[in-house]
Amino acid sequence: MKPGSVAIVGCAESDSLGKIPDHSALQLHVESARNALADAGLSIGDIDGVAATGNFAIEVAHSMGIQPTWVDTTSVGGCSYMLHLRHAAAAITAGMATTVLITHGESGRSRNGAPGYMIEDFSPWGLYELPYGVGGLYSMFTVPVLRFMHTYGVTHEQLASVAVAQRTWAEKNERAFARDPLTVEDVVNSPFIAYPFHRAECCLITDGGGSIIVTSAERATDLRRPPVYLLGSGEASESPIVSQMADFTSARAFRASSALAFAQAGLTVHDIDHLMVYDAFAHLPIYGLEDLGFVGRGEGAAFIAEGNTLPGGSLPMNTNGGGLSYTHTGMYGMFAMQEAIRQLRGEAAVQVPDVHTSFVQGVGGMFMAAASLIFADAQP
Amino acid sequence: MVPRITALGRPAEEEATATPAKPSPKPSAESAPFWAAANRGELMIQRCVTTGRFFFYPRTYSPFVTGGDTEWVQVSGRARLYSYIIDFRPPPSFGPGPNVIAVVELAEGPRMMTSLVGVEPDPEKLPLDMELAVEFDQRGEQAVPVFRPVAQ
Repeated sequence: MKPGSVAIVGCAESDSLGKIPDHSALQLHVESARNALADAGLSIGDIDGVAATGNFAIEVAHSMGIQPTWVDTTSVGGCSYMLHLRHAAAAITAGMATTVLITHGESGRSRNGAPGYMIEDFSPWGLYELPYGVGGLYSMFTVPVLRFMHTYGVTHEQLASVAVAQRTWAEKNERAFARDPLTVEDVVNSPFIAYPFHRAECCLITDGGGSIIVTSAERATDLRRPPVYLLGSGEASESPIVSQMADFTSARAFRASSALAFAQAGLTVHDIDHLMVYDAFAHLPIYGLEDLGFVGRGEGAAFIAEGNTLPGGSLPMNTNGGGLSYTHTGMYGMFAMQEAIRQLRGEAAVQVPDVHTSFVQGVGGMFMAAASLIFADAQP
Repeated sequence: MVPRITALGRPAEEEATATPAKPSPKPSAESAPFWAAANRGELMIQRCVTTGRFFFYPRTYSPFVTGGDTEWVQVSGRARLYSYIIDFRPPPSFGPGPNVIAVVELAEGPRMMTSLVGVEPDPEKLPLDMELAVEFDQRGEQAVPVFRPVAQ
């Protein structure tokens, strides 16, 4: 795909985020989809492609009266929507679709109309991890970090500083779920969920939805909102279970997907103004900074602890407050994209000055899958 | 019964009866020799016939060679502690906790998730690279490998 040949023309979240017990997961999909169509000034007849995880793609389309001739049901965890965008970009440039609606909705907190997460007993997960007491994502995604901390001398205070940095962004954001001021001392003195992770270092559990609409750059110029162009993308997968991740100090899927995105865009880390790294847990932005090449090996934790990702810092990161403080419905990747698009449109709740490029790094499962996107406010 | 895992929470509450038994794996077609060995008190993993490299978890073909042949080998059972977490909200069968979920690196190279026995769930007692040896924990009809620190 030629950089900048497709653009985001509609982008919106559900009316509210957080605790929405009266909305089903499907309602959160379609409410955000309606909002994204309104944002774009498009109607259901303009959409010929739909994407969402699993059967939701079909349910969203049918319940809204959309008759798609292109469907993507990729479901690889939280970065699925980022893969949907990459696949939609390929389909649009290949002439297989013209305008694609990508929807997310999850009743993660209220569990209203929410599908369950199963561990099948015949899967690698069921055979080789379940017998040892894994009981939730917090007891699996966290397993590699002590090896990382041991290898590079990362301190508990530095790990806590990730949660604090993101809370600093969220404090100023009225839509953020967790906005109370937070210090490193608060975090390290709080109870553990799974050592070495305290509660504030684990993602929120919320309800919410988000949708984006993507079309060709040519069509985008005729629509009402400033186009946000896709310059590059990448995707990759590694192990289905975290214990079989090849290197506990680096995510192979992060390295592979980000390298593809940079190569396609023809850009380097020095060209990026704004960064989103999916933060289900506090270690992920540290892995992300290093695996994407923004800092050297072992430098990510100190980079965050020293304030470089804070408002006014050299690399504003997770500027909505992230999965730790903004929202985390379960599959957060849609919200990382939403924030990057808002920053490039100049309409973020906490707007960073002079953002012309944004890099979004997503993760799926426990370091199982990854996707990378590079957005810009202009064609190259 | 397989616990249902909610988005980020604990296993569904309907599972929370009086101290349920810990999970007992049901051998799959690929893994049957591994589990049969465990029931004999042996740790057997696969080796790639072509490259001689060991790997875990059990698979039909070697992941190092296209469609590569594999052989089952009884390994030493010696390992070192590679990484771990201490779960303060374990599922009921591991409750009330805390429960250590460890990843060990076998002397032959591959890593596996496991439980540690004979050691307190305390970071002071759990230095990384600590030497370990395999034992087996009987779960109904199936034994599962667990690891105990080796006295220095």
